[in-house]
Amino acid sequence: MPRQLAQLGQTGLNSLGKLGRSLLVLIAITGGVPALLFRPKLIIRQLYIVGVLSVVIITVSGIFVGMVLGLQGFYVLSQFGAAESLGMMVAASLVRELGPVVTALLFAGRAGSALTAEIGLMRATEQFAGLEMMAVDPVRRVLSSRFVAGLMSMPILAAIFSAVGVLGGYLVGVALLGVDDGAFWSQMQAGIDLQRDLVNGLIKSLVFGFVCTWIALFEGHDAIPTSEGVSRATTRTVVHSALAVLGLDFVLTALMFRN
Amino acid sequence: MIKQHKLWQSKSEVKAQITDRLAAILPGEILVNIKDLCFKRGSRVIFDKANLVIRRGQVTAIMGPSGTGKTTLLKLIGGQLQPDSGSIEVAGFNVHQLSHSNLYFLRTRMGMLFQSGALLTDLNVFENVAYPLREHTKLPESMIRKLVLIKLEAVGLRGAKDLQPSELSGGMARRVAMARAMALDPTLILYDEPFTGQDPISMGVLMQMIRKLNDASRLTSLVVSHDVQETAAIADQIYLIYGGKVMGQGNPKQLLDSDSPWIRQFMDGLPDGPVKFHYPAPDLQQDLFTHA
Amino acid sequence: MGKQRILELAVGLFMALGLGAMFFLAMQVSNLGTMLTGESYLITANFQNVGSLKVRASVKLAGVRIGQVEAIKLDQTSFEAIVSMRISKNYAKIPDDTSASILTAGLLGEQYISLEPGGSDNYLQNDGAIMHTQSALILEQLIGQFLFNKAGEANVSQPTDPANKQ
Repeated sequence: MPRQLAQLGQTGLNSLGKLGRSLLVLIAITGGVPALLFRPKLIIRQLYIVGVLSVVIITVSGIFVGMVLGLQGFYVLSQFGAAESLGMMVAASLVRELGPVVTALLFAGRAGSALTAEIGLMRATEQFAGLEMMAVDPVRRVLSSRFVAGLMSMPILAAIFSAVGVLGGYLVGVALLGVDDGAFWSQMQAGIDLQRDLVNGLIKSLVFGFVCTWIALFEGHDAIPTSEGVSRATTRTVVHSALAVLGLDFVLTALMFRN
Repeated sequence: MIKQHKLWQSKSEVKAQITDRLAAILPGEILVNIKDLCFKRGSRVIFDKANLVIRRGQVTAIMGPSGTGKTTLLKLIGGQLQPDSGSIEVAGFNVHQLSHSNLYFLRTRMGMLFQSGALLTDLNVFENVAYPLREHTKLPESMIRKLVLIKLEAVGLRGAKDLQPSELSGGMARRVAMARAMALDPTLILYDEPFTGQDPISMGVLMQMIRKLNDASRLTSLVVSHDVQETAAIADQIYLIYGGKVMGQGNPKQLLDSDSPWIRQFMDGLPDGPVKFHYPAPDLQQDLFTHA
Repeated sequence: MGKQRILELAVGLFMALGLGAMFFLAMQVSNLGTMLTGESYLITANFQNVGSLKVRASVKLAGVRIGQVEAIKLDQTSFEAIVSMRISKNYAKIPDDTSASILTAGLLGEQYISLEPGGSDNYLQNDGAIMHTQSALILEQLIGQFLFNKAGEANVSQPTDPANKQ
């Protein structure tokens, strides 16, 4: 029993230490952001890797999620004779919840894991030590640009997801199931508020972008520089990001939509 | 405000001093002075009061069996690790007492070649060599291009400038890394196991290059290695390290002719001798039959 | 250098796509589009009770959305609710004897204000007031009234003819 207790304490201390390290890395990363303003090329490169390469998966998922929402929403709403509200239902679910959340989950799987693996392998192949010996701070030079790119990409990807999802819902609801075209849009516009829904959705995706990129970069930086260590870190990135996104989503929703 | 200004001045004064002193050291004089170096990793002692001297213009080799902390020594000199006690002075400056920015400045005067080359995998060969120049200088693009091509020519890889690091063989990657380490024309260049895992031809190329670059660019080279023949062929001075201590030193001829049993074992590659074949363990009989 | 160019173009396209999506969401999906279409004017109406009417609820005329509720305040002397409504300038010709009532969309839906136009030749101006209003129906009051009437009927009019029933 004492041994298990000691183990528990050890695990607790390790987690605490990890939390501390992640905060230190974050501080170091943000310290490198101002210098990036003079070197936009670094950010553009990372925006391509983190953002542009995620567009396809985001678009395809967005269309399908919107179509499913249209289909399910129509079945439920038509029972109450309220099929005209389909537009509002699809748009509200997308803009408030599914847009930011599903985008963040896909981002963690597509871009986050890639970031962790890349940075972990850079460490495994002594590239970080090499940079240090070239008198270049690897955290600032390598992590900061990726952080900015992740932060910028997430809201854009979420907006694309929501927009495409609304079109998917329109496709199913109006073109396929015969909901009135005008009612679809006017109900949507009456139900979706710019400040309450769109801006809050944007804030959500910014928060998720921040957290997901932070986790991915930290796990890569903290990975044991072996192939096994990197693969474990990659898994942790996806798992921790998903948990953080879902947990934070609840908190943010409670804060934003309490009327 | 005034105080800050002064602080900034004193910092840049240190940098100016570093530059001046590096320039003032004449060939044959001491460039790196390692005194009573102690370093532990966990409970394992890596260095135990080791004393080494690296002289300007020479190729100094650090040799010893695997696991004696040769790479650790390079990281200590580069300021990436902190010693437990003792000091490492480069041009009279204690590496571990320099401020962060001064240490980084000193590093621009050192080049280090990692075992794997440590090339940045997202840049091609040209950009890898250009990287330190872009980071630390404000040279115009045409100037950078010329410098990079000269460095690549020196390692014989000017034709490979558009290749990606993944397309290079191990020996080529090390040569590119060499060109990169020399991009800023450093005073001191550190080689970590440059010969390991190389075929005889690229081994010969690397050997010749270390020597040639050292003499042509008036560098000071520190080679960490356990390849006896190759290292002995190019080094001016050799230190043999074992168990955290310097076991022997001298020029290659002195060491090859030495009659110390330990030096003999290492230089001749004998399996057993003062260095035991077995990792320290309890008696075999005891180990086999006690925990049955 | 060609590669860098492609990279920049792709990222530029990505940003444009994102901005386009945001614009689409703002204009086509949210109420920004309806809020921004041209100028508007304010009218007010006093209600005895606004029920659960909320700010930004629709103002409709003949079922068509023509504006939204801008603010709901309490008149401290008359203890009536003052509701100000922002009406689009496209609908500038609303007679000044129009009446306003608070209705519920569907059985459980949101409450909105419905305008019933009168026959006057004068139109409501900016900061004009609607005189005739009908309060929101409060479910509890309705039920209470209904039960009270039933009880009254049971006591008084049971022996008389059933045609008196409503």
